[in-house]
Amino acid sequence: MKSGILAAAAAAVVVTATAGAGAATLDTVKQRGFVQCGVNAGLPGFGNPDSAGNWTGLDVDYCRAVAVAIFNDPNKVKFTPLSAQQRFPAIQSGEVDLLSRNTTVTLTRDTSVGLNFAPVTYYDGQGFMVNKKLGVKSAKELNGATVCVQSGTTTELNLADYFRANNMSYNPVVIESNDEVNAAYFAGRCDVLTTDVSGLAGTRAGVAPVPDDHVILPEVISKEPLAPAVRHGDDQWFDIVKWTVNATIQAEEFGITSKNADEFVNSKNPDIQRFLGTSPGLGKALGLDEKYALNVIKKVGNYGEIFDRNVGPGTPLKLERGLNALWTKGGLQYSAPFR
Amino acid sequence: MATETRTTQGAPAPGGVSFSLSDPTVRAVVYQILVVGAVVLVGWFLISNTLDNLARRSIATGYHFLEREASFGIGESMIDYSPKDSYGRAFLVGVLNTLKVSIIGIILATILGTLVGVARLSSNWLIAKLASTFVEIVRNVPPLLQLFFWYALVSDSLPPVRNALNPLPGVFLSQRGLWVPSLSASPVWATMGIAFAVAVILTIFLNRWAKDRQARTGQIFPTARAALGLLIGLPLIAYVAGGAPTALDMPRLAGFNFVGGMALSPEFFAILTGLTVYTSAFIAEVVRSGIVAVNWGQTEAARALGLPSGPTLRLVILPQALRVIVPPLTSQYLNLTKNSSLALAIGYPDLVSIANTTLNQTGQAIEGVTMIMGTYLTISLSISIFMNWYNKRIALVER
Repeated sequence: MKSGILAAAAAAVVVTATAGAGAATLDTVKQRGFVQCGVNAGLPGFGNPDSAGNWTGLDVDYCRAVAVAIFNDPNKVKFTPLSAQQRFPAIQSGEVDLLSRNTTVTLTRDTSVGLNFAPVTYYDGQGFMVNKKLGVKSAKELNGATVCVQSGTTTELNLADYFRANNMSYNPVVIESNDEVNAAYFAGRCDVLTTDVSGLAGTRAGVAPVPDDHVILPEVISKEPLAPAVRHGDDQWFDIVKWTVNATIQAEEFGITSKNADEFVNSKNPDIQRFLGTSPGLGKALGLDEKYALNVIKKVGNYGEIFDRNVGPGTPLKLERGLNALWTKGGLQYSAPFR
Repeated sequence: MATETRTTQGAPAPGGVSFSLSDPTVRAVVYQILVVGAVVLVGWFLISNTLDNLARRSIATGYHFLEREASFGIGESMIDYSPKDSYGRAFLVGVLNTLKVSIIGIILATILGTLVGVARLSSNWLIAKLASTFVEIVRNVPPLLQLFFWYALVSDSLPPVRNALNPLPGVFLSQRGLWVPSLSASPVWATMGIAFAVAVILTIFLNRWAKDRQARTGQIFPTARAALGLLIGLPLIAYVAGGAPTALDMPRLAGFNFVGGMALSPEFFAILTGLTVYTSAFIAEVVRSGIVAVNWGQTEAARALGLPSGPTLRLVILPQALRVIVPPLTSQYLNLTKNSSLALAIGYPDLVSIANTTLNQTGQAIEGVTMIMGTYLTISLSISIFMNWYNKRIALVER
């Protein structure tokens, strides 16, 4: 499809058109009345419209969290579904304020693509899914396989690196749209489907004709820390997104949930008082309401709630916390202190 | 002219030089300077603004990324390529893949389009109606849908690779494409290539000699049959003289896929068939209109002179029809080439697909898009230049 090219061309135009538009993103967003958020067009658990047309998913919830931090309303956000190829031009050009679309943090993206990454919202890794009938037990047995992969992702590079490192050959079928990649795999065009393990789980749960026919191989071949991103050049906006993500993690560390948040407002703990805005200062420093963290937790939930609601064991994706558990529980989720 | 008229009308400028805006010559120059100035100014504004914005957001610019290692795989390539090669080489692979599908597509679409176009004019009711139904259906369905149709036809209707159809020994047809035996490497193939080249050169000389002889004596030499004999005969002699090797590289199932032999991928099949069929419907109409444009009286006149129907078509009808056919045919060739960028949707690694991956990995969208535009412009202009040259060659020389 040409949409990637169109987006890139549009980006070129918009980059030129927004000449001198150095206005603070926060002011622009407030004036407009909503946050424009770039999300995945259809990845169950991360960014996906439900049967009623409401956007759901972990990435989507972080868009809502930022909207709550600014407007105290999780619905003051509009979503732009983006393909892997459209996403960078869209954020670079200012078409979206925030890119929350299962995007892996890498050095190139942080530098030459011109992005700033908020804290990681999901620690992922790339894996392989195969049909059980093939009898494959390990990715090391995949020499000569045909692999379906979406274009324009770090997945494509990891795939090449992994097969190179293990002296194996493969035959890539590279397609732009995620739906077409999945269709090609389930039709039997490829032996293997590769993407992030969370994505494989989502596809198996949501797209596979018979989910039990497919098995995700044990090898995880890459580090895929997925994080929301903003463009370079607006530190205040970057801080807001960063400390909104941190707030959800910090809340889980404190044991504050959307249900019990109000009980903590009068807590004696000075850390919690600062965090919830009972003792003022932190919200103002960000240019937000003093109670922004409290609002985020009440309206969207803490990290654990967001995880469980979208991708946890109770959802079709059935993902364990694993690396995404709090640091106190052997995971990697850790918030810098609120002070 | 205008100035002269003006001077004769009186009120000439002293010294003969006038900068009056009422002078049409001066006005023309002034307007042109203004327009060129405005275009340059807008261009400069856009470019400097873009560079400024890119720099402010510290987005990398320039084409240095072309030398860096690409580190992504490509499904099919006409030259050696591995992820260790540079982005530049990956792009070249894409350009070659685009050229491959465009050139083969143009040839096949021309053949199919001509057949259908002639069939529409057939006096046989069934053939004419079938041809017009084909044209109306094919040219009114968007090409992207047709590509999905051909791609789905392969992946949904053919058996999985392990139950591949095996209609002939060594020929396998499955969802993964078509495998046929290929000839094992042998020095004979090179000799045959040389023999063929010699035959082509001989044919050219034979053709000149035959024309010359016909002009002198009026005798017609059967050039076509002799040329065919040369083109097939000489390589055949080389083949037999080289010991007639028959070793074939047979495809066989090993691991996940067939190995050995030659393969036709479903992606290439889908893009080639889709483009060929879609464009052939337009070419059919172009051919039909070209033939209809030649007055029936021309045929009658040729018959009255005693020309058989073959030479009538070749010497009288076609030269006149081609005048009408070639210009619109050129735009169909250009369309086919540009439509090949739809390959991205079905996974054929054409230049857009590879440039897209590149611009995503490097984040340099503007550079990637300029490279795509530059390449298509070059290909399209080359086709235009060739077709214009051909059009001039076949144009009627009016005396």
